[in-house]
Amino acid sequence: MKIAVCIKQVPDTEARLRVRSDGLGVDEEDLPFVINESDGYALEEALMIAEKTGGDVVVFSLGSERVREALRKALALGATRAVHLDDVAFAGGDAMATARALAAAIDGEEFDLVLTGSQSDDAGYGSTGSIVAGHLGWPHAWLVMGVEVEDGESSARVTREMESGVNEVLRLALPAVIEVQAGINQPRYASLKGIMQAKRKEIAGKSASDLGLSENEVGAAGSRLETLAVFFPESGETAEIFEGDPAESARRLVEKLQKEARVL
Amino acid sequence: MANIWVVVQTRAEGIHPMALETLVAGQALAAELGGSASAVVLGDGVMDRSGELSSWELSAVHVIEHEALAAYTPGAYIGALSAAIGSEAPDYVLFPHTYQSVEYVPRLAYSVNGAMVPEATAFRVEEGAVIWRRPAYGGKLQADVRASGSPVLVSVQSGAYSASDRREGNAPVAALAVSTEIIADREILGVEEVAGEHVDLSAAERVVSAGRGVGGEDKMGVIHDLAAALGAVVGASRPVIDSGWLPRDCQIGSSGQTVSPELYVAAGISGAIQHLVGMKGSQVVVAINKDRSAPIFGVANYGIVGDLHEVIPALIEAIEEAKAG
Repeated sequence: MKIAVCIKQVPDTEARLRVRSDGLGVDEEDLPFVINESDGYALEEALMIAEKTGGDVVVFSLGSERVREALRKALALGATRAVHLDDVAFAGGDAMATARALAAAIDGEEFDLVLTGSQSDDAGYGSTGSIVAGHLGWPHAWLVMGVEVEDGESSARVTREMESGVNEVLRLALPAVIEVQAGINQPRYASLKGIMQAKRKEIAGKSASDLGLSENEVGAAGSRLETLAVFFPESGETAEIFEGDPAESARRLVEKLQKEARVL
Repeated sequence: MANIWVVVQTRAEGIHPMALETLVAGQALAAELGGSASAVVLGDGVMDRSGELSSWELSAVHVIEHEALAAYTPGAYIGALSAAIGSEAPDYVLFPHTYQSVEYVPRLAYSVNGAMVPEATAFRVEEGAVIWRRPAYGGKLQADVRASGSPVLVSVQSGAYSASDRREGNAPVAALAVSTEIIADREILGVEEVAGEHVDLSAAERVVSAGRGVGGEDKMGVIHDLAAALGAVVGASRPVIDSGWLPRDCQIGSSGQTVSPELYVAAGISGAIQHLVGMKGSQVVVAINKDRSAPIFGVANYGIVGDLHEVIPALIEAIEEAKAG
C-alpha cells in the first residue's frame, strides 16, 4: 500500500511559552520543536501497515526550513521519502488553507491511505485531516484507535474513540483519510542505521505554484480565520497559590486543607 | 439580521446535554447580533424528540428526517446539512464541540465553502464583527479569532454556556425537506467497551491524579505514596496512560472516567480541557505544577508551584504530621 502521512512540527508541549511582542503568536526563538504527538502515532501506524502489506510511506509537512528536521526524523524512522511544502506563501494559514495545500500535494500521486494525527498540540483545530478528505472526496474517520486493512486492501476496519470509555468499530472503503488518536500504538525510536539512511533519502520541496495553487488560496491570504490576539488566561485567579520552599508550601497547604477546606 | 442555526446532537437517551448549552450560546449570539436562532435536529424518527425544544425561544425547530440519518455517519450528515445550509443560507451554524461534530463539521465547512471556528468558549461583538475566544496550546494560551465570509461554522466547548440560562418561548417544529441524496460513507460494525474498565474512580472520595509532568514510569512512586498517605485512589491524565505508566482504566477525562471526589490532587497535570471535563465535579482541587501559568491553576482551589518530586515528599511528611497531630 502507498500511504501518505501528514505531520506538523509544533513546540514541545513541555516548553515554556512566551507571547510574541505583537501579541499574535508565540515567540519561536529558542523554542524546542518536535513532531506533533498524535502525528507521531500516525506515522508509526503507517509504518506498521506498510510493513505488513508491503509498500511505501511518504511523509508531508508544511512550514519553514525548520520542518525539515521533522521530515528527516520521519525518514530516519522508516518513511521512504518526504515532501516539504515550502513557500513563504503558505505561512499563517488556518486549517482550510493548510488542508488545501496538503490535499493538492497528496492528490498529485495515487495513495491508498492518508494518515494524520487527530489534533495539533499548538493551534488545536482538529480539522485539517477531515478537510483534506473533503478535497480528495474520500471517506474519513477522526480519533482513530485501531486500523486493520482488510483482505483485498479495498477496505479498513477502524476503531474510533467515543466519549466515556467506548469505541465505535466501523468499516471504511479505501482510499480513506484516517486521523489517529495518541496512544494507538508504541512509536519506535530511530536506529543509528535509520538515521544514516535518512541522509540519503529525498526531501522534495514544493511551492504553491508547483501545486497549481495561487498565493491567494494558501497561507494567511487563503484563510477564513484571522487571529487577533493570543494571551495567557487569567490562571489561578481563585486559587490560593504557594510558591517557594516546598516544605513550607506543603505545611501551609495541609493546614488549609484541614482547617479551611476541611477535607483532611 | 443574523440567521443563526444550532445543530442539536441527539443520542439514544435523548438530546445531548452539550447541545442544550449550545442552544443557549445560539440564543446569546442572536440577542447580541439582533437576529434569530433556530434549532436543527437530524435523524430518523426524531420529530418527537424535537418537540421538547418547542418551549425554547427559537424562531423554528427544523427537523431533517431521513432513514440514512438513523445512525450518524459523516457522509450522511454532511450531505443533509450542506443541502439545508445551501438552501436556507444561515449566517452562523453552531454545534456542540463533541467527538461527533469535531469529526464532520470541518469537512462540512469545506463543502459549504464556509469558515470554521473550532472549540469556541466565548464570543463578543465589536463593530458588528463577532470575535470568538478559543483555547490554543492545550489551553495554556487563549486566542481571539475572527472569521470572514459566510456561513461561519462554530463548535462550542462544554461548560462555556449553561443550559439553565435558556430563554423560554414558543417555537414551531416543522420538517425541513432536503432535496439531495443522503449517503452513509461508512459501515458501522458495532460498539466495544474499552479494555480494562475495572477501576471505578467515579465513587472515589479522594483522587490523586498524575500527569505527564511526573516524568516517567519509574518516577510514579511519589504518586502512589501520596495516594497511600491520603487514602486516595490513583488516576491520571491521558499522556500518562498513552505512555503506559498506568493502565487505561485509570484515565480521567472526556475519553476516560468522570470523577467527583471531595479532594482531587492534580500532580504534574497542565490542565487540558479534555482532562478538566473529567474532574470538574471535584469539590476541592489541589494543583501541583512547576509551571505557574498551567491552566490547571485556573480551576484549582489551592496550588503549589514547584517540582512535584520535591513537593510531594514534603506534602506526605506534612500530612503524616497533621495526622499524628
